[in-house]
Amino acid sequence: MKKIAVIDYGMGNLHSVAKAVEHVDGHVRVEVTASEDSILAADRVIFPGVGAMRDCMAEIRRLGIDDMLRRVVETTPVLAICVGMQALMEYSEENQGVDCIGLFPGRVRRFSGSLHDSSGVALKVPHMGWNNVAQTRAHALWQDIPDDSRFYFVHSYFVEPAKRDCVVGESAYPEAFAAAIADHNIFAVQFHPEKSQRHGLQLLKNFVHWDGGI
Amino acid sequence: MALAKRIIPCLDCDQGRVVKGVRFLDIRDAGDPVEISKRYCDQGADEITFLDITASSEGRQTTIHTVEAIASQVFIPLTVGGGIRKLQDIRDMLNAGADKVGINTTAVLNPEFVREAAGRFGSQCIVVAIDAKKVSLSTEAERWEIFTHGGRKPTGLDAVAWAERMVSYGAGEILLTSMDRDGTRNGFDLALNRRISEAVSVPVIASGGVGTLQHLVDGIIEGRADAVLAASIFHFGEFTIPEAKRYMAAHGITVRL
Repeated sequence: MKKIAVIDYGMGNLHSVAKAVEHVDGHVRVEVTASEDSILAADRVIFPGVGAMRDCMAEIRRLGIDDMLRRVVETTPVLAICVGMQALMEYSEENQGVDCIGLFPGRVRRFSGSLHDSSGVALKVPHMGWNNVAQTRAHALWQDIPDDSRFYFVHSYFVEPAKRDCVVGESAYPEAFAAAIADHNIFAVQFHPEKSQRHGLQLLKNFVHWDGGI
Repeated sequence: MALAKRIIPCLDCDQGRVVKGVRFLDIRDAGDPVEISKRYCDQGADEITFLDITASSEGRQTTIHTVEAIASQVFIPLTVGGGIRKLQDIRDMLNAGADKVGINTTAVLNPEFVREAAGRFGSQCIVVAIDAKKVSLSTEAERWEIFTHGGRKPTGLDAVAWAERMVSYGAGEILLTSMDRDGTRNGFDLALNRRISEAVSVPVIASGGVGTLQHLVDGIIEGRADAVLAASIFHFGEFTIPEAKRYMAAHGITVRL
């Protein structure tokens, strides 16, 4: 039975992602935890997150999750979700600027406050709802998910990797942005697979079955 | 490629049972919110809103169990509204698996609560629900006020200014119900929705008055809504969610099919 650790640093709803993983695979044991022993012993690690980056990074550092993650990614597949993905970058513009974990070179930027769609209607921030994700690179986690499927997003900031070659999925609002990035054992998504119905559940299933690497 | 406009069915629940009747032909228990939520999710609903009208405090525990049961089986966003008075109420609902909470009367009684809630849990999970009624005469410029207690109690608050204030306090979304239209099946108050949607930077969900699929289209195009909420047209099986989405798509609206 595979052990899946969902990292708990006190930010947000972890019930949903834990339930969704249990739902897609009856042969996993999901533990919501901040324990270093549990996280390092897990077969798969999920790094979720919601809320403000300054608060998230403060808890991540206080609990030593940044150092744990640096060790975990050497050996174990990791799925980062939403603010979890953003925290993997070097720096975020949120809260007047926050230094992040830095597993991916690049930064986190805010959507401009004056976005318009093609017909001139103002676009709202947060970017909230179901948007298409173009699979810009093949990856094991896209298996059995049609290209351009819709996933559920809710965010006001997006990642801008310094190197484009880590981008595996793109969405647009209205400009293209990185919806999924990957490197070695890490797959990180801006959308919420646990809230994206069948395609999201398929992605979680693919993650449970993924042994890391591209 | 574009963000889709959302369709959100709403379930009114008392003590864990759906109270506005739901009539699906092939459903075993028409009062079970879990079964009904699953049905809407399978049909392609973009989110579910669960409105708790339970008055008693024992009933709250039932609500928490119901939210847990829905969230364990429905993998789309879930908003829970009704009876949110304290930060602990929000924490209970998020822990039970809700993604967002709707705050209505408590925001009117104590606007700072919205600021505290957004600061603690993040704007993405704070939906401020606004019940508005037109108060201007037909000869005057249109003006709407906030009402509480199911539209019976005026507050003197201007609806547009109130929406702007709630967003400045950290509301991540506005659920806007026209109390003039709620239950009439005559369509949304499009002027009200458009005024508020153009005044705030966050998404606005139009609610109150849907009777036809054209009303959904009007809410998006004329009312500038980012999402449309409806109860009875779906509950009574008049229209399914795929029918509503196909109709909207045929009228040029981007939807998730």
